[in-house]
Amino acid sequence: MTEPSLVARITDFANRADPYPLYAELRRTPVLHEEDDDPYVISSYWDIESLLHDPRISSDATNLTAAGADELNQAENTGLPPSFIRLDPPEHDRLRRIANSAFGPPHKPRRIDGMRGELHGIVAGLIDGLASGTEIDLVDQFAYPFPVTVICRLLGVPREDEPRFRSWVDPVVASLDPETRQGADPDFVRKAQEARTQLGMYLAGLVEERIKDPRDDMLSDLAAGKGPDGAMTMMEVLSTAVLLLIAGHETTVNLITNGMLTLLRHPEYLQRLREEPELAVNIVEELLRYEPPVQLLPQRTCITDIEVRGVPIPKGSRIWLMLAAGNRDPERFKDPERFDPDRDDLQHLGFGSGIHACFGAPLARLEAQIALAELARRLENPRLVADPPPYRPNAVLRGPRHLPVAVDGVLP
Amino acid sequence: MAADYVDWLRREGRIVIVGASLAGLRAAETLRAEGFTGSLTLIGDEPYEPYDRPPLSKAVLLGKASPRHTELPRRRHLDAEWRLGVPAAGLDLTGKRVLLADGEEVEYDRLLIATGVRARPWPVAEEAELDGVFVLRTRDDSIALTERLRAGAKRVVVIGAGFAGSEVASACREMGLEVTVAERAGAPLVGALGGVIGAVAADLHLENGVDLRTHVTVTALEGDPMGRVRSVHLSDESVVEADVVVVSLGSLRNTEWLSGSGLGAGPRGIASDAGCRAFDFRGIVTDDVFVAGDVARSPHALFGYQFLSLEHWGNAVAQAETAAHNMICSASDRRPHMWMPAFWSSQFGVNIKSVGVPPMGDELMIIQGSTAERRFVGVYGYKGRIVAGVTFDNARWLEYCQRQIEQGAPFPVEYPTVDRRPEGRKAVPADFPDPSLPTHGPTVTLSGYSPADRRLVFTPGHH
Repeated sequence: MTEPSLVARITDFANRADPYPLYAELRRTPVLHEEDDDPYVISSYWDIESLLHDPRISSDATNLTAAGADELNQAENTGLPPSFIRLDPPEHDRLRRIANSAFGPPHKPRRIDGMRGELHGIVAGLIDGLASGTEIDLVDQFAYPFPVTVICRLLGVPREDEPRFRSWVDPVVASLDPETRQGADPDFVRKAQEARTQLGMYLAGLVEERIKDPRDDMLSDLAAGKGPDGAMTMMEVLSTAVLLLIAGHETTVNLITNGMLTLLRHPEYLQRLREEPELAVNIVEELLRYEPPVQLLPQRTCITDIEVRGVPIPKGSRIWLMLAAGNRDPERFKDPERFDPDRDDLQHLGFGSGIHACFGAPLARLEAQIALAELARRLENPRLVADPPPYRPNAVLRGPRHLPVAVDGVLP
Repeated sequence: MAADYVDWLRREGRIVIVGASLAGLRAAETLRAEGFTGSLTLIGDEPYEPYDRPPLSKAVLLGKASPRHTELPRRRHLDAEWRLGVPAAGLDLTGKRVLLADGEEVEYDRLLIATGVRARPWPVAEEAELDGVFVLRTRDDSIALTERLRAGAKRVVVIGAGFAGSEVASACREMGLEVTVAERAGAPLVGALGGVIGAVAADLHLENGVDLRTHVTVTALEGDPMGRVRSVHLSDESVVEADVVVVSLGSLRNTEWLSGSGLGAGPRGIASDAGCRAFDFRGIVTDDVFVAGDVARSPHALFGYQFLSLEHWGNAVAQAETAAHNMICSASDRRPHMWMPAFWSSQFGVNIKSVGVPPMGDELMIIQGSTAERRFVGVYGYKGRIVAGVTFDNARWLEYCQRQIEQGAPFPVEYPTVDRRPEGRKAVPADFPDPSLPTHGPTVTLSGYSPADRRLVFTPGHH
């Protein structure tokens, strides 16, 4: 029996807890193409960085589907048009600009910073709630509810509807996972499509309300569409809202959970964070390098023949950019396998780069900084109960499903 | 022996930096960061600690930042002696002394010259002295201009539509002031980006209500009996009423204080080797004098070893760091200054960025987006290679342009790109003005060939 391919081992759930040795193996062949139908897997920092800025690389789902490469993209093939994460310029640029005019500078410079107090309040409430037990599940009791509450407030989605949209979000998120996708039966693909449509319809109801009665939230602003680029169509508003709702919490859950897990494995930094809360900034940046919540970008292709490190990649090939492998590339970072928030060269591919660089990065940073600093300050003597903890199946949005932590108590 | 000297220098040598702006500060910080523990003196002609200049023509004019508070962030504690408000007046290379305007002398073991440039003044002195006539380079310039604009100015005339002039025009329009821009060339920014991109910039001016006059020069500034500027006379015989005139005719390099010192310094700056060591007037490299920032000109490997003078913020930082490193290391550890030229501007709501050396290019290709939409990526070609890139509201693609320049990638660009439009399928002449004609000044000056190049022509100075 031949050994499974490296790509198969990376997506294999058995290796979810620690894929980093596989990434190291991957970097030995920086442009890996194992079988005819396999993707071209790019794992060196500089190559990834350069492809993220390369105008011959496309994120447009139709370019991948045209190449006949990926039935998984069908998950976006629903009643809703693709969101900007799956589009190229100029459409991508127009939609992202309009979305940004409801989110950040120059139109809304205070939207995120203005939520600082609110974020502290949510975190304080959730940590207060941990006080009842001596063992907590950091995911279910904190790292999941926190960003969900935040993204709901930001968009203007009622928090109490979470159980409803949860059932639609899960299949869509699962469909982003290459392993799930490989064995995808038509039924699974259909379910993911249906879920995305359902989620869109649910949000359509909210958008209708906001058109009649605008509030201080992103759905109202997206629906109103004031700005030099005009408004999105209703369908574009819905795709964008679906994207923001999902991306707005699925990734942050992992950032916070990976963060706490890493700090519990490096208690000296947990202790320092307790004493110097401002260290949270460096810790979060180093986490985005060391344990990035998005491990790889599996949805790119090239619109012409290209060459990377002398390896030809034909037009229409699937290209995987292995962000988490690039983040530990010894060609780029000194001592890359060490978690070191004090490095003077704190950079990473954790948010991607180029035109698709993480839209929500300013929010994710703030959420993770506040969450980790407060957890460090208030949890008394936190210890890992299981190492490694149980993981979610997803290889792309990688993180623990549960993080059981024993504590002696919770400080006020 | 040489190693002993470097050890001694690092430990207790005396380093003097003339020029206390961006390059001077970053060099000082790098010296300390790399372990220099000797004495460090910074000499600056302005009375202020190092401050940042780019905001002075942007946020400061708009009232979003105070002209008095654009201090440069400090990377570390310096433990330096500051001689501020006193210009350097001379250099004694043999005696290793800097002479100050107040008569004092400062001795050095190694010297860094980072005296930068100053605004080119209006050439007719009595007209330049009229009340209401400004240049914009320093904090004091900025305070004076900002106060005047806020005090009820009605019509502003900007002379020269380079980057600084265009930014001033943009800010004045945003403040609701009437603005006339007079430009000798056919469009704004042509010296830096050529006529094709200049035409896009001209549209930006016109759409934003600027009264743009091209192919004209200013023949006279007229004052009233009180000595206040009243009108501006143009070469097409028209007259524009104005109560504020901003002279934006590029810059002059601050090298006069070096005249007669024996250093290779002149109107084009101070020539150095790739490692920032200054040449003397015979073209022989000095051991103890280094240069960095706007005043320097040095050969660049990526651009045929032409000597480049770069008035770019990023160049000042990078060159200062390289110069500082080379000042206190052994010969084998020296690094060449290989910074990729890059600059940005913000005007009429558009973010303009560039990498490489656009004026070296003779052809241009819009590889993404469209000039009509003011959102595009253009690359400049010279002899079959990409030598520069420019973006309007598309800065995230600039890194790709940079890599292409570094790799000497072929031009024209034949392959497809995302967002390629029909207009971008063929290369067009970039349309730079004849470099022998005076302009408001490109931000990159190709000012000669490498000493190894046989086309070198020696023109003695007028010392």
